[in-house]
Amino acid sequence: MRPVFVNVGERTNVTGSAKFRKLVAEGDYSAALSVARQQVDAGATIIDVNMDEGLLDSQAAMVTFLNLIAAEPDIARVPLMIDSSKWDVIEAGLKCVQGKAIVNSISMKEGEAKFIEQAKACLRYGAAVVVMAFDEQGQADTAARKVEICRRAYAILTQQVGFPPEDIIFDPNIFAVATGIEEHDNYAVDFIEATKAIKAELPHVRISGGVSNVSFSFRGNEPVRRAIHGVFLYHAIAAGMDMGIVNAGDLPVYDDIPDELREAVEDVILNRPQRTNISNTERLVELAPKYKGGKSEAKGPDLTWREAPVAKRLAHALVHGITDFIEADTEAARLEVARPLHVIEGPLMDGMNVVGDLFGSGKMFLPQVVKSARVMKQAVAYLQPFMEAEKEGQPRQSAGKILMATVKGDVHDIGKNIVGVVLQCNNYEVIDLGVMVAADRILDEAQAHGVDMIGLSGLITPSLDEMAFVAGEMERRGFTVPLLIGGATTSKTHTAVKIAPNYNGSTTYVLDASRAVGVVSGLLSPQERERHMAETREEYVRVREQFARGQNQRARAPLADARANGFAIDWAGYEPPAPSFTGTRTFHAYDLAELARHIDWSPFFASWELVGRFPMILEDDVVGEAASDLYRDAQAMLEKIIAEKWFEARAVVGFWPANADGDDVVVYADASRTAELGRLHTLRQQMVKDRAQDAGGRANAALADFIAPVGTRPDWIGGFAVTAGHGELEVAAKFKAAGDDYSAILATSLADRLAEAFAEAMHRKVRTELWGYAADEPFDIDMLIEEKYRGIRPAAGYPAQPDHTEKATLFRLLDAEAQAGIELTESFAMNPPASVSGLYFAHPQAHYFGVGRIDRDQVADYARRKGWDLKTAERWLAPILSYAT
Amino acid sequence: MTRAERIAALHAAARERVIVLDGSWGAMIQKRSLTEADFRGTRFADHTVGLKGNNDILCLTRPDIVTELHDAYYGAGADISETNTFSSTVIAQADYELQGAVRDLNLAGARLAREAADRWTAKEPHKPRFVAGAIGPLNRMLSMSSDVNDPGARLVTFEQVYDAYREQVIALHDGGVDLFLIETITDTLNCKAAIKAILDIQDEGYEALPIWISGTITDRSGRTLSGQTVEAFWNSVRHAKPFAIGLNCALGAELMRPHIAELSRIADTLVSAYPNAGLPNAMGEYDEQPHQTGHFLHEWAEHGLVNILGGCCGTTPDHIAHVADSVKGLKPRVVPERPTAMRLAGLEPFELAEG
Repeated sequence: MRPVFVNVGERTNVTGSAKFRKLVAEGDYSAALSVARQQVDAGATIIDVNMDEGLLDSQAAMVTFLNLIAAEPDIARVPLMIDSSKWDVIEAGLKCVQGKAIVNSISMKEGEAKFIEQAKACLRYGAAVVVMAFDEQGQADTAARKVEICRRAYAILTQQVGFPPEDIIFDPNIFAVATGIEEHDNYAVDFIEATKAIKAELPHVRISGGVSNVSFSFRGNEPVRRAIHGVFLYHAIAAGMDMGIVNAGDLPVYDDIPDELREAVEDVILNRPQRTNISNTERLVELAPKYKGGKSEAKGPDLTWREAPVAKRLAHALVHGITDFIEADTEAARLEVARPLHVIEGPLMDGMNVVGDLFGSGKMFLPQVVKSARVMKQAVAYLQPFMEAEKEGQPRQSAGKILMATVKGDVHDIGKNIVGVVLQCNNYEVIDLGVMVAADRILDEAQAHGVDMIGLSGLITPSLDEMAFVAGEMERRGFTVPLLIGGATTSKTHTAVKIAPNYNGSTTYVLDASRAVGVVSGLLSPQERERHMAETREEYVRVREQFARGQNQRARAPLADARANGFAIDWAGYEPPAPSFTGTRTFHAYDLAELARHIDWSPFFASWELVGRFPMILEDDVVGEAASDLYRDAQAMLEKIIAEKWFEARAVVGFWPANADGDDVVVYADASRTAELGRLHTLRQQMVKDRAQDAGGRANAALADFIAPVGTRPDWIGGFAVTAGHGELEVAAKFKAAGDDYSAILATSLADRLAEAFAEAMHRKVRTELWGYAADEPFDIDMLIEEKYRGIRPAAGYPAQPDHTEKATLFRLLDAEAQAGIELTESFAMNPPASVSGLYFAHPQAHYFGVGRIDRDQVADYARRKGWDLKTAERWLAPILSYAT
Repeated sequence: MTRAERIAALHAAARERVIVLDGSWGAMIQKRSLTEADFRGTRFADHTVGLKGNNDILCLTRPDIVTELHDAYYGAGADISETNTFSSTVIAQADYELQGAVRDLNLAGARLAREAADRWTAKEPHKPRFVAGAIGPLNRMLSMSSDVNDPGARLVTFEQVYDAYREQVIALHDGGVDLFLIETITDTLNCKAAIKAILDIQDEGYEALPIWISGTITDRSGRTLSGQTVEAFWNSVRHAKPFAIGLNCALGAELMRPHIAELSRIADTLVSAYPNAGLPNAMGEYDEQPHQTGHFLHEWAEHGLVNILGGCCGTTPDHIAHVADSVKGLKPRVVPERPTAMRLAGLEPFELAEG
């Protein structure tokens, strides 16, 4: 195994860098910080900070600099080495670092008692420590003395202080060679031999040293110094040196050193017998002026994996998602086996098993797995004609057959598609019926294909009801195969309480794609299935009991009290701004490049199960690489989407005179406010509030509170429906047909983000222009993402108005189907799926909130206002009822 | 039982089952709508500064309420209850000009919890109850600038933070706590000052008590307020050889899970978690119901992610009862052995593995 060497950046060391010393002495700390930043950027994994300079207040400089570093995340991300020969300076530094630092250094030069005291302090501040090979007699120069001192220090640290041996780093002193003084000639060898002996004798310790010391006599000739460092490190690292204080941006490479120079340097470092009539040192001194200037070379992608046997190459391609060579490699593999099927069952499945294991252990992430699936599909597609040509070709054995569908009334399928791909990667056959699939069709197809399991997906709340219905139908038609439930609005509680009781077969909630394989394999394993089913069943009984208990404890305020505590706005003191027009306005083929500018990327990564905030997620230790690859692919596709106009963005926006009437908003046909164009209904929070609003408590809000009531003053409400989804389904279908699920899912998830960005961009246009109440609002994407602006755009089906059916009124007012080409399904999902709709409220105090659970009195009242019977109201409001029906 | 016996019993219990901690104190105190007079009592009747909201002072002025809450949580099935001393340091109490009362606050807080725990242990000897001395974060941080125009500015020094924690841990120790809980850590350097204070008093003859460290991941970025990742945080405090390491506050169970899973993987000691009752809604209230909290935490225990579970903001004795109930009979997480390696940290972890 190649030894690991840790670069400790040396440029923030006043003894090693004249430039840094000057900056600190002049108090130019911002320039001093950029020196630190450059080192980290250049690859230093630890940075050394040293302020030991006679004319400086070293302690103050250390504290100031470390406190400043703490405010610079791109520097502070790496550990620090607090470097001083003065203990006071070290201790002051330790009081400034939250991370685990390295102290450089302590030693026994002032005796054991001081050494123990300082080591104990390092332990209690939580730092690793560099121990110099230095004792009461002085600094060790020979290998024997170095080893002897380190042995003694190790015993004291581990036995008396309780210091963890893995946090001990010995510095056996690197001294300058080629000084012309004969006693110095063996210094590098002494260090290298001591390193070897210490590592062999003292478990877990590390070896470090200040590398630049060794070339001290060649000050002023940087190329030769680099060559000396390169050669010295080459041998010291081989002997066990773990870390060194070196200039990270200028780390020399042994092989890059010209042969002639390397040989001369090596003779000096290793103190070899002289080759000519002059000493090694003299020879190097003579050679030195000849070497000036370095060189660097660019490298293409690493293709060494192409040299491996074909099975390894296939595995590599699968794990890394590389399609470039897949057909040639598949062909080569086919020629090696008796039947084409054996390629799938052999090397390809072996490779996919590696992918499965890496994913299972959290070393690969969803986007990478989906890319692996793309490679697999292309390999299988290549083999297909050969298998068909083969008369005795039998279908390959899959681990199980699973039918998946997004239920009737719902159009969202990103999550379902991802689950499908992950299952396929694990050798399950997936029959995907797509979106908006009625119960009958799901069950007919399940019977026709003889599937082993059915998976239902849904994103909007009415789909929950449909899933319960499908479960009931499965029971009625005598199904026994397991049923899986997944999707954004589903939950373990809902599955246990509302779905599982309808079906005697096993019903299991699956949290996300990463759980799918575990659940499916458990349910299909002949040995495990009974246990899995029994466990789930027991668990759901418990969930139901807990749910039932929870039901009784949810006190709701009576609707009358909640209304009395509605969100109070001083209408007398507010002049509602009039929009620039009333009625609707339509936007066709809106500029996609403008929308791309408004994209909030964090949810994009979340849809691929990569959790983290953009752009930090790209740098994340764990998922950073996967996220960066995905982001690069997304940006490339986004460019094509814009340049080749894959999608068409359309919108319709409207404003109407409006006033609140109780919890409803009356929308008028014109400014005379006589004829009603329609009525928007809103729901009111019924949480019991500790204190009334006027006593500093919180209101029981309803969206209607943000509109001036009838009889106060004229007010307006807005509405919108936007889509970026025209073309979405066609593009996704095209990719899927080509076996490229990765691109299909990528396109769909980008269409979703563009639609959200469209809603955001349109809202901004409304604020600054169309309604125009915030004409001078600056453009700032972070501000937009954090919703730091005046006005809100709540959507039906979301917490402020959980009733999806309100979309029907909005769509009628907007004529959204004709104007923007967006349809509503029977569950009030929007089609195309990448669509967003909602209302606009302009009042500065308008804000988002969650309605929460509502009680019987409001359900009855709402039913009356909507013209529904109670049952209908309870069905549409099921997810927010405070009581069981 | 002596303190040494209780600590042994705590270790024994942790080997056998998932230990349950109590839930929120703030929310429970707020529910009582106490008045300024309640907070002042007779001792501080003439204090010149308003004391309402200084929950810790109730240890002295309304000990009945503090005792009732300990009882409610122990009654709900908590093994450990925290002293009501989250802000009982001279730095935090400076806001109320009560620096002089800090020792009394901690002593009283520890004693009230001790009495309640001992009463429950006497009643249910098969399930001994423990007292964790709560050591909260400070409103003044050592790693963060206090002035936007001067990134190097700090309102306190390490010595001041160290001294504040030193006074608190000595009083908690004198008052009889079984372990120290440094919690809701927003700045690891403040925490390190507390750790040093705890370790240093051992030199003065104080019996070593288990240390429990609980950090706070503030949002989806997966970082502490002072910017560290979970692993960097662990590497930075591991020298305390903590009895347990965990996360609490800021996130609900759903968002906390990946970070707990990460900690569970890397920490070679017990892992604890006490999330909020979900995220606050638009009104700043917590909607997550007791059974929901129960489900989430049950799943963590079932998957062997944790050794200690409890609740933070928005949780109630009812939440804790659901948690206790849902983890009953489940095996605790097995503490993993990690390969020996030098592990350092800046904001991010650094590991030098042995080849």
